[in-house]
Amino acid sequence: MTYRNPPTTPRKSATFDDYTLSEIRRAAATGIYDIRGAGAKRKLPHFDDLLFLGASISRYPLEGYRERCDTSVVLGSRHAKKPIELKIPITIAGMSFGSLSGPAKEALGRGATLSGTSTTTGDGGMTEEERGHSKQLVYQYLPSRYGMNLRDLRRADAIEVVVGQGAKPGGGGMLLGQKISDRVAEMRTLPKGIDQRSASRHPDWTGPDDLEIKILELREITDWEKPIYVKVGGARPYYDTALAVKAGADVVVVDGMQGGTAATQEVFIENVGQPTLACIRPAVQALQDLGMHRKVQLIISGGIRNGADVAKALALGVDAVSIGTAALVALGDNDPRWEAEYNDLGTTAGAYDDWHEGRDPAGITTQDPDLMKRVDPVAAGRRLANYLKVMTLEAQTIARACGKNSLHNLEPEDLVALTIEAAAMAGVPLAGTNWIPGKNGF
Amino acid sequence: MTATSKATRDQAHARVFDLDAMSLRELNQALHGLAPGSNETAWEVLNPKGNHSVAVGVDQPVSIDVRGSVGYYCGGMNSGGTITVHGSAGPGVGENMMSGSITVKGDASQYAGATGKGGLLVIEGNASSRCGISMKGIDIVVHGNIGHMSAFMAQSGNLVVLGDAGDALGDSIYEARLFVRGKVDSLGADCIAKEMRPEHLELLQGLLDRAGVTGVKPSEFKRYGSARTLYNFNIDNADAY
Repeated sequence: MTYRNPPTTPRKSATFDDYTLSEIRRAAATGIYDIRGAGAKRKLPHFDDLLFLGASISRYPLEGYRERCDTSVVLGSRHAKKPIELKIPITIAGMSFGSLSGPAKEALGRGATLSGTSTTTGDGGMTEEERGHSKQLVYQYLPSRYGMNLRDLRRADAIEVVVGQGAKPGGGGMLLGQKISDRVAEMRTLPKGIDQRSASRHPDWTGPDDLEIKILELREITDWEKPIYVKVGGARPYYDTALAVKAGADVVVVDGMQGGTAATQEVFIENVGQPTLACIRPAVQALQDLGMHRKVQLIISGGIRNGADVAKALALGVDAVSIGTAALVALGDNDPRWEAEYNDLGTTAGAYDDWHEGRDPAGITTQDPDLMKRVDPVAAGRRLANYLKVMTLEAQTIARACGKNSLHNLEPEDLVALTIEAAAMAGVPLAGTNWIPGKNGF
Repeated sequence: MTATSKATRDQAHARVFDLDAMSLRELNQALHGLAPGSNETAWEVLNPKGNHSVAVGVDQPVSIDVRGSVGYYCGGMNSGGTITVHGSAGPGVGENMMSGSITVKGDASQYAGATGKGGLLVIEGNASSRCGISMKGIDIVVHGNIGHMSAFMAQSGNLVVLGDAGDALGDSIYEARLFVRGKVDSLGADCIAKEMRPEHLELLQGLLDRAGVTGVKPSEFKRYGSARTLYNFNIDNADAY
C-alpha cells in the first residue's frame, strides 16, 4: 500500500473568480466586450448600510395610521410657471421606447398616473402610449435628439436635459440592430437593422456656459412654463450639481452607479461613477453652499428598492427619488414564471440583463410583437401602482416613527451608519458613536 | 405681382419688434401666440445685437427678417417659418429645425443646423466647426467654407458646401449626403468619396436652386457619404473607432 500525502483542497482565486474566468473566455472567443443592461451588480455601499433612529423620549413619534404624514412634493418651483406637483416623492426614471416595448411604456404611464407621479421618456422620443397614459410626463432632451420635435416638447410637462447617466457617466449607448424595428428606425431616423450608437455628448453645446444658453432656449421655446431638469451621472456630484444650478436648472437629477441602462459595456457599468449613497451628500452640500437647497429640487436615482431607501434618501436631503429597474420588476421583468425561457437564454430569472438583444421573455425590453403581447398594460400598470403605494406607506411608517408629519422633514440626524464607509459617504455618525469620518478633519 | 414688390408690401405691413425697446420674451411669446391662419405673416426684428434664442420655436408659416447679428440658437426648432438673418449667426443656428427655412446673410458659428430634422438652412458666408452635426433630414447649403467635424454622426439630409471643408468631414456618418465643391482637409471614420450619379446631380441642382445659388454647376462638386462598414460592430474595424 502506497502512502499518498493528503491532497490540498482545490482553491479558486478570489481575483480570478468563476465570473472573471468566464468573461476572459468569452472575450477571447468573440473579440468584443460584453454589453448588457441594468446597473452595477457588484456590492457597493448602499442604503442598507444606514439605519433610522426611531423616537423614544428625546423624539416624539406620530401615531401610525392616524396622524398624517405628507408625501407630496413640488418640482420646478424656481423658474417654471407650471411646476410639477406630485402626490409621492417617487418618480419613474427615463427609459426609452425602443429599449422598452410600447405596452411596457403604456403600463409605466398607467401605474404612475394611478399613483400621482410622473414618468419620463427616453432616448427614443415620445410615444402616444406614454403621453396618452401619463398625466405628467417628463420629456428627455438627450444628446442623440432622436424623435425630438417642437410639438412633443410643448406636450411635455417638464423637460429633462440628460447630460449623463449613472450606469455610464460620459458614455453613449449601443442598441443592437435586432431591436431597430421599422417603428424604432423611423423614430430615430436610422436605417433598419444597424447597431445604433447613441452619442455621449450634446452636439450643440460644449460646456456649462453653453448649457445655460441651451436652457434659456428651451425655456423660450416652451414659454417658461415647464420645469427644466438637468440629469447627471453620479461621478462628480458636487461640481455637476453646482454647475447645473448655475446653468439655471429647476431640478437636478443625480443618478448613482446602481442606476440602470438599456445597453452599455459591462466594464463601464461596473467601473465608472460613484455609488448612489456617495452622491447624495455632495449634491446636497452643493445646493446648501449655493443657498439653493429646497429652491432647486434634487432627485436621486440608482438602486432605489423600497420605502426605507426612499426615506433614507429624503433624510439625506433629496426632494424625490426616481426608479427605473425596480419599476420594470414591478411590471414583471425577470419574473420567475418565465424561468424556462430565461434558462434557454443561458441565464435565470433575476439575472437576465441582455435587454439590448430584444428577446426579453417578459415582453418588456423588446420590440418583438409576440413577446410584447405578454405585457397587459392595465394589469402591469396596476402592479406598478401597488408597488409605489407600498414604498410610500413604508417611507411614511418610518417617518412617523421618527416623529415627522412630512417625509421631507426627515433629516440626517435621524440616521446612523453601520459601516465606516457608509458613515463617511452619507455624513452621518457610525452607529453607537458620534463619529462622522472625515468631519472635522479626522 | 413680382416677388420683389410682394416682399416690399409685406415689409411695409411687417410687425416690428425692436429688441432695444422690447424683450426677447415678448418677441418669442408673440410669435408663439400666433393662431393658425393668422394674417400677421411678416415680422421684422430690429437690434438683435447678439441676443440668444431669437425666434426659437416658431410654429407658423411666417417670415421673419432679423436686422443684425444674433447669438446662440437663432431659429431653434423652427417649424415652417422663413427666417432671414441680415447679419451673422452665433452657435447652433437652426438647431433641430423641423421645416421652413433659415438664411444667414453673414457667417455662422459652430454647430449650425445641428440635429435638424427638415427644412433648409442657407449660410451665405462661412460656417464654423460641426456644421450639420447629427443632422437628421435637414438640407444645409453653405456658400463659403465649413470647419472641422462637420456632419459628425449625420444621419439623413444633405449638406452642400461651395467652398472647402475642414478635418474629419462626415465622421461616423449614416445616410446623409455631403456635396463639397472645394477641398476637404480629411474625411472622418467611415466617410468616403462616392460617385456622382445623375440622380445626385439632379438633387444637387435642386438644392442650389432653392438656396439661390447661381453660376455654379453640380458637376463641380464631389459627393461624400457612408462606407457603411461601421453599421454593425465588427472587432476587425476597431481601429476605426
